Amino acid sequence: MPYAWLGVVPFFLYAFAFLLLPAGQVLVGAFKDKDGAWSTANISTLFEQQYVDAFRNSIEISLVTAVLGGILGLCIAFAALADGTPRWIRPALTTFSGVAANFGGIPLAFAFIATLGTIGVVTAFLRDQLGYNIYFHGFTLFSKTGIEIVYLYFQIPLMFLVIAPAIDGMKREWREASSNLGASSWQYWRHVGLPVLMPSLLGATILLFGNAFAAYATAYGLTGGGVALAPLKIGEVVSGNVLDNPHLGQALALGMFAVLAAAMLLYVPLQRRSARWMR
Amino acid sequence: MPDRDPDEMFLRVVDERISRGTLLRRGLATGIGLTILSSPLDAFARGSKTPPTRGQLITMKELIAEAKKEGKLNTIALPPDWANYGQIMSTFQKKYGLSITNDNPDGSSAQENQAVRSLKGDPRAPDVLDVSPSFAAAGANEGLYAKYFNRRFKTIPREMKDGRGFWVGDYWGVISLGVNQNIVRNVPKSFKDLLKPEYKNQVALNGSPLTSGSALAGVFAAALANGGSLNNVGPGIDFFGKLKQAGNFIPVQATPQTVASGQTPIVIDWDYLNLAYGKEFPSAKWATKIPTDGVYGAHYCQAINANAPHPFAARLWQEWLYTDAGQLLWLKGYSHPALFQDLAKRKKIPASLLKALPPAALYAKVKFANAAQTAKAKERVNNDWAKATG
Repeated sequence: MPYAWLGVVPFFLYAFAFLLLPAGQVLVGAFKDKDGAWSTANISTLFEQQYVDAFRNSIEISLVTAVLGGILGLCIAFAALADGTPRWIRPALTTFSGVAANFGGIPLAFAFIATLGTIGVVTAFLRDQLGYNIYFHGFTLFSKTGIEIVYLYFQIPLMFLVIAPAIDGMKREWREASSNLGASSWQYWRHVGLPVLMPSLLGATILLFGNAFAAYATAYGLTGGGVALAPLKIGEVVSGNVLDNPHLGQALALGMFAVLAAAMLLYVPLQRRSARWMR
Repeated sequence: MPDRDPDEMFLRVVDERISRGTLLRRGLATGIGLTILSSPLDAFARGSKTPPTRGQLITMKELIAEAKKEGKLNTIALPPDWANYGQIMSTFQKKYGLSITNDNPDGSSAQENQAVRSLKGDPRAPDVLDVSPSFAAAGANEGLYAKYFNRRFKTIPREMKDGRGFWVGDYWGVISLGVNQNIVRNVPKSFKDLLKPEYKNQVALNGSPLTSGSALAGVFAAALANGGSLNNVGPGIDFFGKLKQAGNFIPVQATPQTVASGQTPIVIDWDYLNLAYGKEFPSAKWATKIPTDGVYGAHYCQAINANAPHPFAARLWQEWLYTDAGQLLWLKGYSHPALFQDLAKRKKIPASLLKALPPAALYAKVKFANAAQTAKAKERVNNDWAKATG
């Protein structure tokens, strides 16, 4: 069929219009100033303290929620897919995770404010029934810790969704074979289980990192800009009522591309190494 | 053959054995045809008269007639509960029979200017804008706005209009403290009061000063109250840092919802918004206090899109807003309209409206920042806010 390739043209057009073209615009626009002339002023502004802090906070939150979400999601997946678990748990968890992984943004922020905020349901319960006011003891939802707690709400289900098929792929025969050969549980995991899962684990962690790194509406709805994060900084210079510097926004976006590219550069050799046993 | 019955149409399709391919081709042709034909129709529908640059150059009757021919007005970023815009829009629609499409009610000034840029030539572009002064200045310099001197232009105070006619100040307000008296026993009267430990986790701004004009004004007011000035907002930023350290400041954006739910018991915001909350949520027992130690005011700006799809309707909107009726509707929304002094001099303000506002004496100390001072403050906030309240 000589014209079969025409079938992918719509996809490439779509990818070009909505992925490559905007990325190209960001790349070009980051090097322009307000009058349209070429300049590297925006790039040097990126190294000012407040933007460095914003990127550092973003990377920190993304790493913490990616690793923590990864570990917890993995444990939940193991528990749900283990042999002794009732059959109905898996479809229930999958459905819930499908919803929760996409439940983000302002509704999520407000749900948490209504639960753990200063007059939230859980806060009020702890304060009135147990006499323990978490806000008087230093906890606050409107901080980096609060953002991490909220992000975990969609990171853990996402991890579950991504890793469940990989766990499915682990054959029960391997476990039986290894215990037949005298390996302990720890040895099984160390030499068989984890190496098999590692490529998927790494891929899922990178996915979670990128997911948290780019999240905007959730952090905005929760802290309104009180915690400096890279996507929030972009929003401030592009669509606020105070600052107006779209090219700086493009430079910040370029900075985010750079961070994600660095993450990929770390990921590729790790992935190769972990998939060594498959070759 | 007219198809009166939709079932008949389907029967015809089945009987005629219209193949899927034929149906698709006919559908595509119809789609292309309608798209091509609709655009020139729209262009011919618009009148070919040039809209005037001065209100006096056209009679009201002619202006209303031309606006009616256009049939509608596109507004943008006008929340219905902001300075009574809900009633302003409905009154305008009823009075002139024009329908208003209000796009993006919670949008920001940056988004308004951006809409003018990206929707150029599109019939959905906004006709009129209400933006903060720095965006008005930027838009005027960029050529986004049309020159228009409405009939009352001369009466508008000098500091509230653009000499070239690109924008006019519409209403102003001052930063006030809104307080939920159910939750707060002792109502704070000044910025200094806010630092008291009894207000822990209670004080909020209307957003972050890096994105919200109202929050930036809050920083200005705090600066005036703490030994700073319009040229130096450092003390204001430090004040919020202190407020955060004391645990009194919560970085939640104060909205009608957080006011009603009691999540933000003390809100630093425009007086017209706080006074409107008082009326909208009687159960919250919302009091509005003008702080005794720092009174900062700012106005917003009306402008007309240079490429407005409905230019006559846009000018009619501005003319009507600056009639006594229009100005009093803004006053009803608890804001001070641009022609407030003139209305007061001619004794046109009903006593009930005056009583609803805080006493005029409290407003006497008000300070307004000019464009240069605002730009300097923005830069200062941009550099220092995250560090102070981080």
